[in-house]
Amino acid sequence: MLNKTPVWKYLLIAFIVSVGFFYAAPNLYTPDPAVQISGESSATLIDDKALSRVTEALQEAGIEYFGEEIGDKAKNALIRLQHRDDQLHAQSVIQRALGDGYIVALNLASTTPDWLSSWGAEPMKLGLDLSGGVHFLLEVDTQAALAKRMEFYNTGIKRQLREEKIRGFVSLDEQGGFIRGKFKTEELRQQASKKIRSEYPELVREDISGDSGYQLRWTISEAKIKEIEDYAVGQNLTTLRNRVNELGVSEPLVQRQGRNRIVVELPGVQDTAEAKRILGKTANLEFRLEAKLSASSATREEFQYRDERRGTAWLERNVVITGERVANAAAGFDPQTSQPEVNITLDSEGGSMMHRVTRNNIKRRLGVLFIERKSRTRYEINEAGEEVAVRIPYDEKRIISLATIQSALGVRFRITGLDNPAEAAELALLLRAGALAAPMDFVEERTVGPSLGAENIQLGLMSVQIGLTLVAAFMILYYRVFGVIAVVGLAVNMVLLVAMMSLMSATLTLPGIAGVVLTVGMAVDANVLIFARIKEELNNRMSPQQAINSGYERAFVAIMDANLTTLLVAVILYAVGTGPVRGFAVTLSLGIITSMFTAIVGSRALVNLIYGGRKVGKLSI
Amino acid sequence: MSEQKIINFMGQRKIAAGISLILLLLSIGSLAIKGLNFGLDFTGGTLVEVNYSVAEPLQNVRKTLENAGYKGAVVVNFGSDTDVLVRLPHGHSDQLGNEIIQTLSQDVSSEIELRRVEFVGPQVGDELKEQGGLAMLMALGLVMLYVALRFQFKFSVGAVSALIHDVIITLGIFSILQVDFDLTVLAAVLAVIGYSLNDTIVVSDRIRENFRKVRKASPIEIINISLTETLARTLVTSLTTLLVLIALFVFGGELIHGFAMALLIGVFVGTYSSIYVAANVLLAMDLTKEDLIPPQKEGGEVDELP
Repeated sequence: MLNKTPVWKYLLIAFIVSVGFFYAAPNLYTPDPAVQISGESSATLIDDKALSRVTEALQEAGIEYFGEEIGDKAKNALIRLQHRDDQLHAQSVIQRALGDGYIVALNLASTTPDWLSSWGAEPMKLGLDLSGGVHFLLEVDTQAALAKRMEFYNTGIKRQLREEKIRGFVSLDEQGGFIRGKFKTEELRQQASKKIRSEYPELVREDISGDSGYQLRWTISEAKIKEIEDYAVGQNLTTLRNRVNELGVSEPLVQRQGRNRIVVELPGVQDTAEAKRILGKTANLEFRLEAKLSASSATREEFQYRDERRGTAWLERNVVITGERVANAAAGFDPQTSQPEVNITLDSEGGSMMHRVTRNNIKRRLGVLFIERKSRTRYEINEAGEEVAVRIPYDEKRIISLATIQSALGVRFRITGLDNPAEAAELALLLRAGALAAPMDFVEERTVGPSLGAENIQLGLMSVQIGLTLVAAFMILYYRVFGVIAVVGLAVNMVLLVAMMSLMSATLTLPGIAGVVLTVGMAVDANVLIFARIKEELNNRMSPQQAINSGYERAFVAIMDANLTTLLVAVILYAVGTGPVRGFAVTLSLGIITSMFTAIVGSRALVNLIYGGRKVGKLSI
Repeated sequence: MSEQKIINFMGQRKIAAGISLILLLLSIGSLAIKGLNFGLDFTGGTLVEVNYSVAEPLQNVRKTLENAGYKGAVVVNFGSDTDVLVRLPHGHSDQLGNEIIQTLSQDVSSEIELRRVEFVGPQVGDELKEQGGLAMLMALGLVMLYVALRFQFKFSVGAVSALIHDVIITLGIFSILQVDFDLTVLAAVLAVIGYSLNDTIVVSDRIRENFRKVRKASPIEIINISLTETLARTLVTSLTTLLVLIALFVFGGELIHGFAMALLIGVFVGTYSSIYVAANVLLAMDLTKEDLIPPQKEGGEVDELP
């Protein structure tokens, strides 16, 4: 008999649909506005005493709260609030009550019941345009990282040749693109070339014969350049993660994008100035020996003190170690002088490098350079003859301390000479959060206020509902019983779409909602194709049962072709697009997949259930 | 057999080609002369949206900004008269958003609420333009390949012509009306490619089927039959899609306006193009039955050759 669906198929469909409902369900529970408390250092525990201080303060301020709970191992605590408007107020009240040492962050607490969440069902994540927050795009200056590495090689080559007693003149090109070596004889050049090849295999050599003796030119190989860039971006990524953690934001996103960009998304953050201060402060350290008075001007460099009253000092060009080697840093006070200080711990490689240099230079002075990326504005006339401001980033290097080396330094030592405890604390924070391997610039910033986010959700939901209602009304009027079937399919389609997005923990953005709306419109297409075909076959005097069967069969090819090509476009959109465009591409492609399932398999089963396996005089289509 | 009346679509094909040509020329002309009104995503710069609790005359806002030394600020209302959008070209500091809010809130009695701040560096904007163009070309190229493999070369020329036709006209209307062209609009234009393709494929599918099935009919007749048969489906799908897009356009809020508009135009033009452009190109390229008959096996003959 035609148009009968086997029982196992019904069961399978019922199973898929109920799984869909299950995983879509958490989205029905609106999260509570909440405030999350955690300690600034991992040693700080949030105990009952701290919590009761918080609740007392909230009561005093007249803020309604409930469901306060201390998290796993007393590392954090969550307090839910009755009203969303109270969130900011509550945050400042709690911060004041607890004092320093605690991070108080805005949060949205999930209200998903345990029987759902224990199966991994969680609601969709909201994008920044819906939840409010800040989005930054930072560009890592990989050129700077390369330049730094060239300097390192320059120093290294000089040292190697000196140790091997190969005489020659080695210098870094002004543009920094290569290192030049000049030698008196061909033999010396050969020796130098051989020595450096074994020491630094990643350098590419080039012999240059000219009037000025025997020359060698070293450049970094392509593969090594890529490695250095990757390392710089990776290191900065880690650093940013640490700094974001210091900001105390719940569910932040720090992600690499493309070759040298990093995306940072901080939901719920309103104070962008503070966020940028912490994120963007590209402080770095360089430890250099003070130059000897007899040193030639090529090997020394003059720097200003950070405290300008102290004037300037001459340091060697060679860098002992950089801030990347810093493993930890903490602010404290010198027990003797009670001056603020920063205690620094280096990683083992940094420690041994520091030890090697300081052990031979006791009683000389070691300078610490504090490097900050700043920018100055210059005005230029562009092609159109208008005056435009051009921002030029530059590194400001200032000496923060220049102290005599009393004994060989190792993994642990300290920096003194800071103005006040606040400065020490800030320096320690930046050092602890890790140093940047290369400077970074903000190339994009988007802030969405919380009211706009809430409005976007509301408007988005409303247009989905209205769109859905209009389409449903039209389909039922036009196709009668079959229209009802299509609408049921459409509803199931929406549920499956939401379930899949929740399961994949895809982020819902405003363009994503638009994608859902568009899917609603296009999802009925498959059904329309089938129904139109059935109508045609009925016009061709086919029996209702045969018409249904051939309608589904013949429309199948067209549906596949049409949807696969659209899917192709959605995939391209995902591959090329960023941020919100990707959100749109994800919902569109998922929508195509779910709509094919509901239209081809789902609606067929329903039609068969209603008409299949019996004599039908007339179809209501 | 209850004969459905065959509509003579192709009878008007010269007129349709003329209309398409005029629309294309107008669009290309406008794109060449006026260009697109690229939004912040592509030009770079800073944009600040604030909400005043009491409507503030725009002149006052402009004056405040000018006095504070922000030259070249574009100040417009956004959606309602209490929402104000300030746009500045790049070159200012990336702290600009916060500075502007402070400046604005100084000498106004009504309360100001920050809605959003967007800062896009110039290098990002240029890159996005490049990526967007690339995405469009890639989409068209892949579609051409897919249709050529799945159908036949002439169909892929027809489909891609229809897509280019739709994209150029959609962009043209944005250029003529000087509506902001931002990232979401770009996404919409790419979605238009997807939608219009969907439509064209369904029609092509039927043309192919009828070329194989119907005997003794000229290509024009076969195409007319195919278009008539798919007309109901084409109209119903376009209608449902337009319904949701209208809902999005009217209720979706200011941020999604450009997106909805691009799709509305695209679906409209896409419906027309799937009837007239793709089929017209097929006729112009002289599509015959032979093009669609699967090639016969000729192995035996080849073996016999010396």
